[in-house]
Amino acid sequence: MTFDEQYYNIGFIDQLSYKDTFVHRLDPRAKLIATLLFLFTVISFSKYEINALLPFFLYPVLLMSIGEIPLMFILRKVILVSPFALFIGVFNPLLDSTHVVIFSGLTISAGWLSFFSILLKFVLTVSTALLLIATTSFPGVCHGLRQLGLPSIFVSQLLFLYRYIFVLMEETMRIVRARNMRSYGKSGKGIKIFVRITGTLFIRTIERAERVYFAMLSRGFQGDMPSLKRFHIRTEDIIFTLSMIIFLYVFRFYPATEIIGRFVQGVLS
Amino acid sequence: MHMADALLSPAVGATMWAGSVAAIGYSSKKLKENIDNKTIPLMGVMGAFVFAAQMINFTIPVTGSSGHIGGGMLLAIILGPYAAFLAMASILTVQALFFADGGLLALGCNIWNLGIYPCFLVYPLIYRPIVGDGTSAKRISIAAIVSVIIALQLGAFSVVLETLLSGKSELPFSTFVLLMQPIHLAIGLVEGIATAGIIIYVKNARPELLEANLSFQPLDSGISLKNVLVVFVILAVVTGGALSWFASTHPDGLEWSIEKVTGKGELAEATQGVAPALKEIQERTAFLPDYGFKSAANEPSNENETPHWPGIEAGTSVSGIVGGSIVLMFILLIGFGIRLFKKQ
Repeated sequence: MTFDEQYYNIGFIDQLSYKDTFVHRLDPRAKLIATLLFLFTVISFSKYEINALLPFFLYPVLLMSIGEIPLMFILRKVILVSPFALFIGVFNPLLDSTHVVIFSGLTISAGWLSFFSILLKFVLTVSTALLLIATTSFPGVCHGLRQLGLPSIFVSQLLFLYRYIFVLMEETMRIVRARNMRSYGKSGKGIKIFVRITGTLFIRTIERAERVYFAMLSRGFQGDMPSLKRFHIRTEDIIFTLSMIIFLYVFRFYPATEIIGRFVQGVLS
Repeated sequence: MHMADALLSPAVGATMWAGSVAAIGYSSKKLKENIDNKTIPLMGVMGAFVFAAQMINFTIPVTGSSGHIGGGMLLAIILGPYAAFLAMASILTVQALFFADGGLLALGCNIWNLGIYPCFLVYPLIYRPIVGDGTSAKRISIAAIVSVIIALQLGAFSVVLETLLSGKSELPFSTFVLLMQPIHLAIGLVEGIATAGIIIYVKNARPELLEANLSFQPLDSGISLKNVLVVFVILAVVTGGALSWFASTHPDGLEWSIEKVTGKGELAEATQGVAPALKEIQERTAFLPDYGFKSAANEPSNENETPHWPGIEAGTSVSGIVGGSIVLMFILLIGFGIRLFKKQ
């Protein structure tokens, strides 16, 4: 993935978060808590579990379709970050060769089951985390975290970072483009040039921070970053969180997939 | 390397979260006491700088592949441990949210692996003693390279431990360590050279920037021995807690891992005192009492083969496949239905 694409993506996910749909309007706190509960429930399944994980796709699918988030965008990002989980998981089929009979005539090794289980969990957790930020703006998440009790200095740190990422990335993009145009083949991309470029960027950044600080001082900065937007817990938020808890509880403790499968088998035979 | 959600168990994820959140709270408190408001915008902008610097890749000498810097050590050297830790934690949070790098539950692990080691262990215990008063360029280079390598080794080793304790991967300890540590030795060497280069460049161009940090936090008041001890105690409790969990699911897993880690089985005695107590706490506070692990532990286990089979038996799996496909179709239908409905 090239630099420009990565830049474009971070801007795009930010844009998505300013849509106005039912999920976007929910309180950030409700979505944060729901997401964390969801993630914990998903990874609490045993390492061979596959069937019971399937119903959990309902949550990301609902978020995506109600929140009008493009499916391909999320899929592309999920695939982009998959190498580590794949790299670790792919050893399971090689190392765990206990045989499991799926039905008479089909036997596979247990390692494949645990590998697929890792894959399913990976897709579920990554897509849900991405959808959280795509349906809640980043400042929204930050204020949610503040209200949930994280230290204000850390939250303002997050807000600053978010603000200046876009500024600095644009500057870096220009620098990288200039370097690439001047370096034919691989010359000019060595570590020496890198150090000089980054050093210059660093000093420019420090100077920018000083100017920012003076500008903030002259506007009355006293160490805290208050938000103008007020969030209130509404009935929708409570209903959303409660139904999430019920959903998670039911599908964690009742093998819904099995029950449906047995029922259908019973009807057919 | 970032830890991933899918490889984590809830117990390990939660303990690492607890450790990292505690460190964030502690650093925030320390910063509030010691530092003027000027540091707040500086930290934020420096975080964005690390992001930007990660996107300038360079050719690694000899191999010809391309790399970029991680930045934890660089931040610690320039901002001091507390501010650097908060900046690093915020960088990892943004990476987890926007790039899904790692994941939200693994964020605790990642903050621990990439933030706590460089800022609270390596910076005060290795970088500062080597660098001395910060006037000699040679000492700065050596200090930076050594610190980056050690911080990365610690981080990589933690990834190994966290993955093994979670029990989702079948990789044996020794293989995993042999996979992770040498790669990170090479990465650490390159990143160390780059970090040293940047620090020396800054020292030549704007020496006052580095001196500000040096004079602001003199060696003795920066991090005291007491604080370092506190970190180690937290570390011990975290590993102890995670190990006890591991022990409760794999009957002889504890001895196995202790033996591999320390070379002898002594530690097992010490942890056995903690393990039952922790287990009781876990049972009392368990909001998901039916962890897959526990049911696995209750089954009578044969010695040598992997006996844990909570999920699938031959009879139930056919209905599982049928049911699974129906559930997935149903979910997809709901998704498409809402989309169609919205378009009208």
